[in-house]
Parts: sequence; structure tokens; C-alpha cells
Amino acid sequence: MLLSGADILVKTLIEQGCDTVFGYPGGQILNVYDSLYTHQNEINHILTAHEQGAAHAADGYARTTGKVGVVISTSGPGATNLVTGIATAYLDSIPMVAICGNVPTTQIGSDSFQEIDITGVTLPITKHNYFVSSVEQLADTIREAFRLAKSGRPGPVLIDVPKDVQIAKCEYEPKAVVEKETPCAAKEIRIEEAAEYINSAERPYIYFGGGLITAEAQEEMLALAERIDAPVGCSLMGLSAIPTAHPRFLGMQGMHGHYASSMAMHNADLIVALGVRFNDRVTGNRAKFATKAKIIHIDTDGSELGKTVNAACGLRGDLKLTLEKLIPMLKDKSRSEWTEKVNNFRKEEEEYLDNREVLTPRIAICTLNGFLGENTAVCTDVGQHQMWSAQNLVFRTPRRFVSSGGLGTMGFGLGAAIGAAYGTKERSVLITGDGSFGMCLNELATAVTYNIPIVVMIMNNGVLGMVRQWQTLFYDKHYSNSILDRKTDFAALARAFGADGEAVSTPEELEKALEKAFAHSGPYVIDCRIDKDEFVLPMLPPGGSMDDIIVKLEVE
Amino acid sequence: MNRYNLAVLVHNQFGVLNRLTSMFRRRQFNISALTASETESGEYSRITFSFDGEDENKQQLINQLYKLPDVCSIKELTRENSVSCELMMIKMKNDSAVRGDIYAAAEAFGAETIDYSRDSFVLRLIGDSTKMDDFIMLMRDFTILEICRTGTASLEKGSGTLRQAITL
Repeated sequence: MLLSGADILVKTLIEQGCDTVFGYPGGQILNVYDSLYTHQNEINHILTAHEQGAAHAADGYARTTGKVGVVISTSGPGATNLVTGIATAYLDSIPMVAICGNVPTTQIGSDSFQEIDITGVTLPITKHNYFVSSVEQLADTIREAFRLAKSGRPGPVLIDVPKDVQIAKCEYEPKAVVEKETPCAAKEIRIEEAAEYINSAERPYIYFGGGLITAEAQEEMLALAERIDAPVGCSLMGLSAIPTAHPRFLGMQGMHGHYASSMAMHNADLIVALGVRFNDRVTGNRAKFATKAKIIHIDTDGSELGKTVNAACGLRGDLKLTLEKLIPMLKDKSRSEWTEKVNNFRKEEEEYLDNREVLTPRIAICTLNGFLGENTAVCTDVGQHQMWSAQNLVFRTPRRFVSSGGLGTMGFGLGAAIGAAYGTKERSVLITGDGSFGMCLNELATAVTYNIPIVVMIMNNGVLGMVRQWQTLFYDKHYSNSILDRKTDFAALARAFGADGEAVSTPEELEKALEKAFAHSGPYVIDCRIDKDEFVLPMLPPGGSMDDIIVKLEVE
Repeated sequence: MNRYNLAVLVHNQFGVLNRLTSMFRRRQFNISALTASETESGEYSRITFSFDGEDENKQQLINQLYKLPDVCSIKELTRENSVSCELMMIKMKNDSAVRGDIYAAAEAFGAETIDYSRDSFVLRLIGDSTKMDDFIMLMRDFTILEICRTGTASLEKGSGTLRQAITL
């Protein structure tokens, strides 16, 4: 059938299984919005307060569903407002398709009103991007973008669609949902090599990241752990992949990881790394990182192998398929000595736990745990609250921890929580700080408009806590520009937006507030007053190793 | 540090060179020469470049290149498996006192004069990069006005082609 570019764009999105998009209209994307109006029974558009919020929402939707998140914006400032959101998705390998309008092809390159070279701008933060110069290419470009976004190591893809391409007409034929590239197992010889290393190891540690969630290889990973009797830890991006309560699970490792998990990794003689990229927040000083361990690194992206750490054996391949082949080659082992050592690390960790009975960050998050359903997505912003969340949240279902790990985007959380609520079709939770929340709180308006149930828990300490922590430890307590000292009343602010909320300063008050929040129909903001000198512990100082770990701290 | 020559076959798309060089810049790969040209097929362009670094950097570079959807195939071209050459034009000051010395060197290197005027002349030299470097070293004793080099063009020896190596 003969259709306009705008209709083709919307129809192709629908054809590719997209039922929810996030975005913001503007001059150069008006035709697409006109088409969204026509097709509103088939595709749901969520209007955010800012394009950045829309991008984070598409990201939160993608993280919780595993589907491709879609965001739409106009040209120029609309497109540049997406940049932080796209970069966030890129650094965390989240499948996303961003669609921008642009000025007509006849005006491209002339610095027209709201013209920006967005394909140029997003070149380093997308898997790939497209400038669509004719309507005939449009449908196939969108299909190709979906295929790329979800194939291999997922990531964002941007499509720039000039206005005249949206207006021009051509024939449209619906096609099937594009398949992702067929995943392959790693090379047989590499798998055999890996098996040899694993079979001769005495203290193995399995370490997984976001790649495990993407590959849905949890079952295989746990089978591997059983087979070789190994403890299991993860990176920030790996959280929620397996139930927190799993007996083999030691939690996140790294700069602010669980003591037992980091110690097990440090003392292991073999690390089986699955879908991780050994970021600096994970390794600390690479020269001193896990010096006793040989690393078996399996990742679908070959460029991660040997990028930051030297693996004894690097396997490029799909995690699930590779593990399926690897496991039968492994000897069934039990290692009482290593298990005992790991259990001792756990005991030590227990001893270091903060057991004060005031409203500590840990108590706040543990109280929240009691309210989380099996399917509740918990989103965070970035900073101390993010680390407290990563350390203390209890998950039962994969894809329920939504946090900006790679880019560390303050302001990510509220948009993401909106996307997560649509993705899970139920109430979502945002744990944030007063600094992060201040960055993108405008999206409260969106949550109110669409009556999206989001429990917002602000860990309000009146300071930029993580910055303050570093300034305390490494900058002679020069609290340069990290004291917010704002007079914002977050509960009143929530009411001004049409939401509701309250401030709490004891565990009992928090418990009651959470009861109210989880029964509330729309967004509910809990302003959780905590001390400004709460620290995230343990902490590996930047550039340090496990020998430098700080587990307890007395602040004068 | 070693020098590696890599030939990359890419989709002949608008902006494809930008995609490659953007990645080189972003990841701080040290590219010392680069040539891009159309090929036997309108569908593809060929980009040949020299890269200075260690073997693991080269491997990382290749892995990163393969992640670009426009990259179709990559081959490392070595002295053993390939033939390569470069073209250089060098503009010298025309000074009667040293003209004879310059021309003696030019003759020894097989350089041709392609422009001649009262104040200057241009020599053209074709060959491998070391030959160019050596010739420039010699010319530094005189007054070089301008140099232009194309970068290395390389082809695999024998009947193998980059297109045969397309795996994606």
C-alpha cells in the first residue's frame, strides 16, 4: 500500500512488535506524531517532560522486558537531549532505537532552525546510526536498526529522519519481526582449553555481569557452579540475574562490593568471567587485581577479551551455548576447603555489618525489601544510594534491578522507573538521592499525568554523598561544592506536581510511609532523612587492591 | 612498538570513513597513514592504514573494527604476504648551487621531475615507505618546500582478495 514516510515509520514500529514508545513532539517530527495519533489504538505513546526522561524511560522499559526500547524526538535540541540517555544505554549494552526528526534533506547542512548533525553527535555512543535520505529506505532501515539493537551485544541505534522523508510516499509491505543474529558458541578448541583450566583449578570463582542476563544463561551458570562447586559473584550490571538468596551467591564485588564476594575473587586461583568487561570500578588497581587467579573470560563481544585484563583463555561466543558445551567437559568436584574459606569470608562480612538501629541507609533499604513483590523493578540514580541499593536489595526475578552502571548517569532513575512500570506492568520503585533526584525530577509530572505507580525513596542527606565521601577520605575534608543545603521540601514538591509524599526520619516512620506508598495509586515520594556522613562501605580506594579495603570507618 | 598494515573492506556508504576514524580517535589508536579508495565493486570501498602499537593493541583494533556494521572484512598485510607501494611528491627549492646534488640523489632513487620552474621543482617518487623516508632524509640537507605522500596502497600477493574474506 502507498503510505507516507511517517505512516511507514509508525507501521514498521508496530510490525516489529513495539507497543510502547516514549517521546516528545516538535516541528520536524510532527508528521510522525500525526501518524501516532492515527494509530493510537495499536501503539501507546508516553509523553515525558523532557527528551532525556523519554530516553531513560525507553531504557528502563528495555532493561525490564529485554525488548528494544523506542524513543522519539524532534530535531536539534530534542535530539541532543537524548544524548545522555543514549550514552547510558550504550555503556550498559541496552537495546534501544532512537528516532529523531530532522530538517528536510534540501536544508541539511545549512544550519537551519533546530538542525543538528545528530548522526555525527551520536557516532561514538551508538552501535550504529542512520540518516535516512529517501522514503524507500525507511522501513528496511528501521528493521535493520531493530536487528542491530538486539543482536550480539545489544546497544542503542539512532535513526535520523528528515521531514521531507516523513512526507514522501512509497509502497509499504509489512514484514515479519526481524530475528537477532543467530548466536554461536565459542570455538571448540577454546572451550576445551577452558575446561582444562577449570578442571585443574582449586579455588574457582564464577563472576557474571549484564551479559548473563542478556544471554539468559542463568541456569547454565548455576549448573556450572554446582558442577565445579564454586561460589558466585557479580558486577553491578549482573544484579537480579539470579535470586539474591541463592546459597552460592556472594553478591556484587568491586569497589563497593560485598566483602565476601570481593575476597573470594581476590583469593581465587581461577575466575570464570561471564558477560563482564572488568571495568576499573571492578578491578581497582589492575596490577594488583586477583593476582593469584587465571581468568577464563567468555563474552559475545570479542573486543572485551583482553581489553582491560589478560585472560588465560578468552572465548568469544554466546554464553548459553558456550556453557552448554563446556559443562559436560568438567569434572564433578566438591571443594570443602575452599567452601570453608568462602564461608569464613561471609562470617567476617557479617561482623562488619552496620547494625545501628537508627534510620541508616541499610535499614531503609532492608525495610523497603519487605514491600517488594517478586516482580517489582527497583531503579536507582547514581551515588551512595545506588551502592547501598546494590548491596542490600533482595531480588527474586531477573531484570528487576535497573541502574546506570557504566555511564553512572545521575538523573537516570525517574525516567527509568517510568519505563520499568510500563515494562513490568506494575508498580516500580525508585531509590534516589537528593542530588540525583534534583537533576530530573521534572518527570514526576509524567508519572502524575499517566498515574504511574512509582514509590520514590529519596535518601536525603543534604549533600552529594559520594562526592563528600571521597572528599572526606582523599581531599582533606574540603567539601567543595558538595553541600547542597537546599530548602526543597520534597513532600510539598510532590504535592505541587499532583503526587503525594511525606518526610520520614525513623525506621518506624519509614515503614508506615512505605505502607501508604505501596497502596497509593500514583507516584508517592518518601523523603528519607539520613545522616550526611553515612559512608558506603566496604570501599576499595581508587587504584587500590583488596589489601587496601576499608571495611569500617569512624568519622571524627 | 611495531607497525602494522591493515586493509579493510567497507560498505561504500556516505560517512563510512568518518565512522572508522571516529573509532580510532575515541579509542586512541595511533594511525600513521591512511588511504581510502573505491574498489572493483561500487558496493565497497577499501581503506588501508598503518597502525603503530603492540600486538595486543592491533588485536583490539581489529576486534573494534569488526563491531562496525559497515566493515565487511579485514586483512593484515605484511611484507611477506603482500605488495605495497606509496607515492610521494616533494617540492624542492631550485638552487643552482645544490641542484646537481639533488638530481644525483633523485636519479639514484628513480625519482622523476614532474614540475620545473625558476624557483622550485617537484620530484615524484614511487616505492615503499622506507624508500620515501630515506629520500626525505637526504633532501633535508637542502631546502624542502613541501611534501605530499599518499600513504601505502597494499594488495595481497596471489589470487586472494578481501572480498573473498567477507564473513559478515
